[in-house]
Amino acid sequence: MRPILMKGHERPLTFLKYNRDGDLLFSCAKDHTPTVWFADNGERLGTYAGHNGAVWCCDVSRDSTRLITGSADQSAKLWDVQSGTQLFTFNFDSPARAVDFAVGDKLAVITTDPFMGLTSAIHVKRIAADPDDQVGDSVLVLKGPQGRINRAVWGPLNKTIISAGEDAVVRIWDTETGKLLQENDKEVGHKKTVTSLAKSTDGSHFLTGSLDKSAKLWDIRSLTLIKTYFTERPVNAVAMSPLLNHVVLGGGQDASAVTTTDHRAGKFEAKFYDKILQEEIGGVKGHFGPINALAFNPDGKSFSSGGEDGYVRLHHFDPDYFKIPSI
Amino acid sequence: MADVMTMEDIRAEASRLNIDLSAVDWNSVRLPPGEDFGIKSDDEDLNEEDSLEFDAGFGNIIVVDNLPVVPQEKFEKLEGVVRKIYSQIGVIKENGLWMPVEEDTGKTRGYCFIEYNTPQEAELAKEKTNGYKLDRAHIFAVNMFDEIEKFMKVPDEWAPPEIKPYTPGIYDTKVKMSLKLFGVTLQENLQHWLTDEKGRDQFVIRAGSDTEVLWNDARQVKADPVYKRPFWTESFVQWSPLGTYLATVHRQGAAVWGGASTFNRLMRYAHPQVKLIDFSPGEKYLVTYSSHEPSNPRDTHRVVLNIFDVRTGKVMRDFKGSADEFAIGGTGGFTGVSWPVFRWGGGKEDKYFARMGKNVISVYETETFSLIDKKSIKVDNVMDFSWSPTDPIFALFVPELGGGNQPARVSSNVMKFHVSLFQIPGKEELRQKNLFSVSDCKMYWQSNGEYLAVKVDRYTKTKKSTYTGFELFRIKERDIPIEVFELDNKNDKVISFAWEPKGHRFAVIHGDNPRPDVSFYSVKGGKVSKLTTLKQKQANALFWSPGGRFIILAGLKGFNGQLEFYNVDELETMATAEHFMATDIEWDPTGRYVATSVTSFLWRPRPPSFLSPEKEEEIAKNLKKYSKKYDVQDQDISVLLSEQDREKRKQLKEDWERWVNEWKRYHEEEKMERQMLRDGEASDVEEEYEAKEIEVEELLDVSEEVIQDV
Repeated sequence: MRPILMKGHERPLTFLKYNRDGDLLFSCAKDHTPTVWFADNGERLGTYAGHNGAVWCCDVSRDSTRLITGSADQSAKLWDVQSGTQLFTFNFDSPARAVDFAVGDKLAVITTDPFMGLTSAIHVKRIAADPDDQVGDSVLVLKGPQGRINRAVWGPLNKTIISAGEDAVVRIWDTETGKLLQENDKEVGHKKTVTSLAKSTDGSHFLTGSLDKSAKLWDIRSLTLIKTYFTERPVNAVAMSPLLNHVVLGGGQDASAVTTTDHRAGKFEAKFYDKILQEEIGGVKGHFGPINALAFNPDGKSFSSGGEDGYVRLHHFDPDYFKIPSI
Repeated sequence: MADVMTMEDIRAEASRLNIDLSAVDWNSVRLPPGEDFGIKSDDEDLNEEDSLEFDAGFGNIIVVDNLPVVPQEKFEKLEGVVRKIYSQIGVIKENGLWMPVEEDTGKTRGYCFIEYNTPQEAELAKEKTNGYKLDRAHIFAVNMFDEIEKFMKVPDEWAPPEIKPYTPGIYDTKVKMSLKLFGVTLQENLQHWLTDEKGRDQFVIRAGSDTEVLWNDARQVKADPVYKRPFWTESFVQWSPLGTYLATVHRQGAAVWGGASTFNRLMRYAHPQVKLIDFSPGEKYLVTYSSHEPSNPRDTHRVVLNIFDVRTGKVMRDFKGSADEFAIGGTGGFTGVSWPVFRWGGGKEDKYFARMGKNVISVYETETFSLIDKKSIKVDNVMDFSWSPTDPIFALFVPELGGGNQPARVSSNVMKFHVSLFQIPGKEELRQKNLFSVSDCKMYWQSNGEYLAVKVDRYTKTKKSTYTGFELFRIKERDIPIEVFELDNKNDKVISFAWEPKGHRFAVIHGDNPRPDVSFYSVKGGKVSKLTTLKQKQANALFWSPGGRFIILAGLKGFNGQLEFYNVDELETMATAEHFMATDIEWDPTGRYVATSVTSFLWRPRPPSFLSPEKEEEIAKNLKKYSKKYDVQDQDISVLLSEQDREKRKQLKEDWERWVNEWKRYHEEEKMERQMLRDGEASDVEEEYEAKEIEVEELLDVSEEVIQDV
C-alpha cells in the first residue's frame, strides 16, 4: 500500500515507539516536541510540549497511560499520555539519552551522556503509581563504560539491564548489585558504535545495529551471538517483526555526506532480512536522508520509519508481504 | 659441506655436543652474509626480484669515444669544448665530466664519461651526439655506460645461432623446468581457456592493488577464481585482441601473461616508463609508448614508441621524436598524442600499420618494418583516417580550403571536404567523394568491412548551426556505391552511432531533448530503410551484442545508469535495468552476459569462430535443438544447487527452532514471576489477544402499532 507520509516534525527523527495495543505511535525528533499519532491512518493526535532540547528516546507504559522521554535538555520527563500534561521531571547534569520502562512499569532506566567531564551513567528510577508520590532519586546508578550509551533496556524479569553504545560493546548489568555481569565476545562483536538496540516481543533475544554496517542478533541471557546481518551502509535503526521472521535495518551514509550525492547512492532504503537465513528479502525506498528510527506495529502488519529528512513514513504491508515464503 | 646431513646425524651430533635441540631458537641463528652453505634458496620471489631489476643505476652516464688525444697543455681546452657541447643538452652533474689521462704522459685517452642528472638527458645526449663530427678525424661514438657491459660480452668470433626446438607458445623457462621435474613435457596450450567444458568466459577485474581473473559462472551464481595477484600491474591491464595474453604495465616495461591453467609470465618487453600499450589485431605485435619530460621546459615532450614481436620479445622497430611529430591530425589543434599512434590495417594478418603525419599518411608493412615504397602517401591537410577492420583499405577525409569549384559569392571560409578510400599496397584511390559546407566528419566501419558510414556535419545556409547527414559506402560492391541518407528530422543532433556487428543494421541516438530518440536502420539490398524509432529514451550510448540482434540502450553518466535491452529482430524491449552510476558496459564475447561496472572490468576476448557463416546461420536457426543439451545441464545444476540450499536452510531453521523452544521453557518457568511484577495481571501476549465472541442484545426502542385489519 502507499505509505502514509507523516509530516509534523521540523528536525530529524530520533526514535519511534508503538504502544502495546498498536493504535498509537509516539515519535521523537531533534525538535523539542515528541508527538503522538494514530498508528492506523497517521493522523496527528497531539504533542508533548515542555522539553527544551532534542528528544532522543521514549517509552510508553503497558497500559498506555504514561510516557517517559529522555532529552538533551538534561532531563527526562514523565507525561500523561491522554492529556499531554507533564507529570514529573528527572533532572540530570548531562543530557539524557535512552529510556525504558521495566516489566510492571514500576521502574525505569535512563541513561545520561558523558558531558563536561562527567562520564556516561545508567540511572534506575522508581516510578510511583501516583504521580504525586513520584521522587527523583535514583535507586541505582551504573557507571563504567567509556563513551556514550546509546541504548539501555531491561532484561528478563528486570534482573538485568542491557546497554550498548559508542564503545561498540554490549554489556549486561545486574540490577540488584549494580555489577557488570557480562560483556560480549570481542571476537564476534561490533567493530564500531552500536546505534540501536531492539528487543524481540517475547524478550528472548535482541538485535543491535552498528555503524560497522552490520546488525547482530544476541541471546538476552547468555549474550551469545546468534545471527549477523551484513549490509552496505552504516545501520542507524533496527526492528524485528513480531509476526514473521523478518528483521528490518535502516541507515545510510553519514548525514554530512548526504547533500553531495544522489539520494539513490545514499542507500536510504529500509532493508528487510530473513531473520533465520540472514538473507536480504527486499527493501522499502522513500526517505531522502538516512533512516534514524524504525518500529514495528505489535500486530506485525505495519511498520514505520523516521528519517533524517524529518518525515515519518507509515507502511501498511500489502497482502503479498505475508506470502513471502520463509524457507 | 659436501654431504647432506640427515635428521639422525644432526641429533647424534647434538647429543655429542650436549645441546638440547628443542631449546634452540632457530630464528636467532644468522648465517654470515653472503654465505648460503651451498644451499640455494627456494624462495622464488628472491630470484624474481633480481631479474626484474632493469637498470643498474648508471643510466644517467654516457661514454663519449673518439675524442682527440691531446697533451696535458690542451686538456682544459678540450674539456671546455666537450662541456660546451654536452651542457646544451642537459645539466651535467657537478664533477660529472671525467676525462681520464695516461699516467706517465699526461695525454688524454680519447674518451670521457659524462654524468647527467637524469637518464632521460643521458639518453637524449646519446641520441643527439652519436656520430657528431668534431672534425674529419673525430666522429663521436656515444654509448650509455650501462651498455658497455653488454658490448664486453660480445664474443670476438661469430658463432652460428643455436636453433631452438619448436614449442607452441612461449613460456617461462622456469615453468618448463618445473614441468620437466615431474617428468612431463607438456606443450602448453595458450588457448586452453577456450576448451572450458562449460563454455564459460573469463574476465579480469582490478580493485585496489589486487588484480584478479575469474570465470563467469552464471549457473553457480558466482564467479570462480582463476588467478589473483596483488600488485600485478602498476597502472592497468589489457587483454590481447584474441584473448591469448593479458598484458601488464610496469615502470620498466610491459609484460604478457598467459598459459593453460594459470597465468605465467610469458614475455617481458623492456620500455622504461611505458605509458600506453596497444596490440596489433592479430596480436603478433605490441606497440608501447612513453613520453618523457624534457630537461628544458621550453622543449616539447620526447616520445618513444617501440614495436615488439609478442612471441620473441624482439624490438622490431622503434620510433623516437618530439611529441609534436606524433600529435598531428584530428579535428582542431589538440595537444598530446592520439592513441593509438599506429593504426593496424589489413585485418588479423597484421600486415600493415600506419600513422598520420603532417600532410602525409605513413604506411608501414610488417615484413620489413619499413615504409611501403619507401615513402609516405602525401595527402595535404589530412584530418583523419581509418582502416577497414578486415581489408587493407583505409578511408580518410581532407578539407580543401576555399574549394575551387565554389561559386565566388560563397565566402571563402566554406570548406570543401573529400572522403577517399585507399587500397594498400597499391596505394590506389578506390573512391572519392566531394562534400560541401562541411564542419566535421566521422567515420564508422562495420565490423566485417562491408560498409563505411561517414557522419557529416554540415553548416546550414546561415552558417550559424550545423546539421548531420550520413554517406554510406558499400565497400564490397562493384564501384563502391554511395548512399546519402539523412535523419527524419535532419536538424537533430547525433549523439551516438553504432553498426550491428557483422550485420547490416545500425542504430542512431539523435535529438536535442534531454531524452533523445533512438532509430534503427537497415542497409540491406542497397537501400537505407528505417526499421523503427523509439521516442524519448534515457540513452546516450549504444552497445550491440557481439552476435548482433540485441542492443543495449544505455544512459550512462548523466542518466545514472539506465539500461534498456532491445531486440532489433522483433523490435521490442526485452527488459530494463538500472545500475546506478555505471560508467562501463561490456558484453561478454559470446553475447550471453553483460557486465556493467564502475571499476575496471574486462572480459577476455575470444578469437573469431572457425564456423562458416552458413553454419553459424544454421545454428542460430536451430538454436532450440542445440541448446536442449545445455538446458538439461542447467537444470541439473540448478536442482543440485537448490538441493544444497534447501538442506542448509532446513538446518538453519531447525537450529533456530531448537533455540526458540529452549527459550520458551524458560519463559514458561518465569511466568509466575512476571505476573507478580505486574501486580498479578496476566502478562503474556496469548491471553491478551484471545478472540472471544460475545453476543450482546440491546433493546433500543419499543413501539406499539395497531395493524388494522383490512
